[in-house]
Amino acid sequence: MASVLEVQNLQVSYWSHQRRSRPVLSGVSFDLMPGEILGVLGESGSGKSTLAASVLRLLPPNGHIGGGAVLFEGKNLMQANFGELRQIRGARVALIFQEPSLALHPTIRVGEQVRQVLAAHQQSRKLYLKERTREVFSQLFPQGPDRIMRSYPHQLSGGQRQRALIAQAIACNPTVLIADEPTAALDPVTQMEILGVFRELREKLGLALILITHNPALLNGFADRILVLYAGQVIEWGPAETLLRSPKHPYTKALLELLPEVSAATERNRRSSLPVIPGNSSPSSLPRKGCAFEPRCSVRMDACKELEPPLVTLGKTHLVSCFKYKE
Amino acid sequence: MRYLLRRLGHALFLVFGVSILAFLFTTLAPGNYFDEMRLNPQIAPETLVALRAQYQLDRPLPLRYASWLNSAMHGQMGFSFAYNAPVAPLLLVRARNTLLLTITATLLAWAIALPLGIWSAERLGRLPDRLIGWSTAILLVLPDLALALGLLVLAVRTHWFPTGGMASVGFESLSSFNKFRDLARHMTLSVAALVLSALPLLVRHVRAAVAEVLDAPFLLAAEGHGIPRFTLLYRYALPAAANPLVSLFGFSIGALLSGSLLIEVVMSWPGLGPFLLEAILARDIYVVIGGVLFSTIFLVVGNFLADILLYWIDPRIRTETPSA
Amino acid sequence: MEPILKVENLVKRYAKRNLVGASQDFLALDGVSFTLTPGTTLAIVGESGSGKSTLASCIACLEPPSSGNLWFEGRNLAQSAERDLRDIRPKIQLIFPDPASSLNPRWNILDIVVEPLSLQLRFSRKERDLRAFVLLERVGLSADMAGRSAAELSGGQRQRLAIARALTLDPKILILDEALSALDCSVQAQIANLLLELQSAQGMTFLFITHDLAMAAHLADEIAVMSQGRIVEHAPSKKILRSPAHDATRQLLAAVPHLPHKPGPAIQP
Repeated sequence: MASVLEVQNLQVSYWSHQRRSRPVLSGVSFDLMPGEILGVLGESGSGKSTLAASVLRLLPPNGHIGGGAVLFEGKNLMQANFGELRQIRGARVALIFQEPSLALHPTIRVGEQVRQVLAAHQQSRKLYLKERTREVFSQLFPQGPDRIMRSYPHQLSGGQRQRALIAQAIACNPTVLIADEPTAALDPVTQMEILGVFRELREKLGLALILITHNPALLNGFADRILVLYAGQVIEWGPAETLLRSPKHPYTKALLELLPEVSAATERNRRSSLPVIPGNSSPSSLPRKGCAFEPRCSVRMDACKELEPPLVTLGKTHLVSCFKYKE
Repeated sequence: MRYLLRRLGHALFLVFGVSILAFLFTTLAPGNYFDEMRLNPQIAPETLVALRAQYQLDRPLPLRYASWLNSAMHGQMGFSFAYNAPVAPLLLVRARNTLLLTITATLLAWAIALPLGIWSAERLGRLPDRLIGWSTAILLVLPDLALALGLLVLAVRTHWFPTGGMASVGFESLSSFNKFRDLARHMTLSVAALVLSALPLLVRHVRAAVAEVLDAPFLLAAEGHGIPRFTLLYRYALPAAANPLVSLFGFSIGALLSGSLLIEVVMSWPGLGPFLLEAILARDIYVVIGGVLFSTIFLVVGNFLADILLYWIDPRIRTETPSA
Repeated sequence: MEPILKVENLVKRYAKRNLVGASQDFLALDGVSFTLTPGTTLAIVGESGSGKSTLASCIACLEPPSSGNLWFEGRNLAQSAERDLRDIRPKIQLIFPDPASSLNPRWNILDIVVEPLSLQLRFSRKERDLRAFVLLERVGLSADMAGRSAAELSGGQRQRLAIARALTLDPKILILDEALSALDCSVQAQIANLLLELQSAQGMTFLFITHDLAMAAHLADEIAVMSQGRIVEHAPSKKILRSPAHDATRQLLAAVPHLPHKPGPAIQP
């Protein structure tokens, strides 16, 4: 089956104040199958939000795409002109940004905000736009779409705002939906609800979803495949089941190890400290050469300091970038 | 609604307060209308005393204020010594002319400032933005008076526009379209001077306010949804930036009004400006008080309009949420 | 042991006005009572809107409760005058969810930590700096970072800094209002460990307010579950996890995302 979205060797960097360029994504490649849910796992600074933005070329002015391609239905979005890009944005590939409280316009009714997205992409009569808006809202707010449509964002709860954002994103029936930390600001009950909404949309509309998060537990039982980003590189990529049950990269392993678990807490001594990954991944603490995770790694070898480990394929579909593994 | 009612209450209180202050300051200022007559040997001192009594200038201040308030309630606002007539009708004619000038200038200035400011904000730091920045800087340092005189010189040299008054000879016999054209021609210079004096400040504020929201996540999100550029700027960015601009709108009415008083004198526009100047020089105090009060009412109404606008634009004010 | 804080029937009422101006009462806290034992951690969990944050700001004396009592060091904070609260506030410190917005990005790290002390006028500049360095060290920020600006720090470092700043005034109670939620998982673990260390070294008392039940279970001795302004269940952590009694608790438990059992075996090259 052909992929709907293919990212090839994407390189993105930001200009700093001193006119120096700092790489944020260095050679990220992956593909997305129709109807697939791909989880992108990474901490802040891993380049996960940049990845979401650069697929639609929505980088801030100091962002710069250095190379690579993003193929959407065979068309390279990195070379598309502005008009073509605008027609794909929101209509074919839709983006849900972090922070539902900030991503909605504060003084426009949410119904109108969804209608504007429709109007941007469809030359339809007013009446149709209105009907379609209501249709989208009743999909996400089965009890009482009308009240929500008339509301301003500040009158809605966090979960409702997130649903309104999703309504905006799915209004034009996109093929691909990219959601950047869509549940980070929500409590667990609402978080589950929103994940349920995504699952339902996939089943009903067949859209493919890229879910970007820092929480691996969120992807369990939800994502089909998981891509682990560290310092702008793919360090592990594979089927969600395999990757969560037997992670290969030392970073992924450590990350899964350190999560406190409700079930474990009853057995584990409460006051015991959690296993941690020492250090951090801020740009200033990254090594100049070799494996980016080397300074924090507990199983590093001599080669890690000098060379960048290539991505090797384990089994058929599980990729990992670490010298511990050979094909 | 409570918000607007509260604002209306403030406004009324303000007008009342200003009337007291205006009364106090003008009456406490040295000299009065009849001082010049004292130097005139042909007028007997007894006549002067009689005149002062007739106009109640010899009575204590609170009593004079009370009787003035009473006359204001009856739509007279005191009596003009120079014109020998009630103040209000005299002022109304001139106020209408001033209002015509001020409102036209306000609307025109904003109609130019909004697109210019947005354009500048969108191209922040690039050539159009820098050009606009330089030209507003030049306009900003140019005194209003110099601007008005410059325009006047231009008009005199080129004969493109009439240089005084607000109507040509034989205005009454013109058809209504030609009346409008004649009026517009007479207004052009004054309005141009006013607009040019207000423009730089407005453009700069619009630019700053819009530039600030252009980085907002919801605008990036809207761009990500493929919202066209024009909609993005005018339907999304502008309302989000409107809050400080609406307050500026109220303020700009005031600035244009006081600017207008000066420009009217220079351009011989028969508005409040020349009228008040004349009254101040002659110590025709009730006219001065009336003029000050009229200006205050303009200002208050302008700010009240801004409040209504804000109320209408920003739903967060309309739906006041919890306060302890 | 004698409780350090005793909350009795705390009520916080907000007046919500509708368009006509008639006021409708909204109870953010509807009779909350609990006691806090010194040296322990109480976690307050609940959905957003359950009143957790209102509770935090009432206890931190940032908002006066509508009624009820707040007993702390023999005084009822709910009835105290603003002047008295000024002495109390340093003893009950609040850490906010987003460290970026509660720290002035233009100041350097040392200034931020020293500032609460300089308001007290008790110490010389040298004493203050010395104390600040000790605190920075304790929260895991090296002393050579003291000259950097807060804007240069990562999220985890900023939260460490916020904790150091809160500790300068020797608080008796530290309220952590969603203090970990905005951080990456790996950083959450680091800060959680720091909190445990502080507690065992100094006997700090924590009020841990969160919607993350897994972290609450890890850090807290007791968990109180809030729903619609009330505490609906309050028990030792283990008991809450083993046998949740209230629906709200069960709902929260069910919503906690899990990993598929435990991560895999050790590396086999």
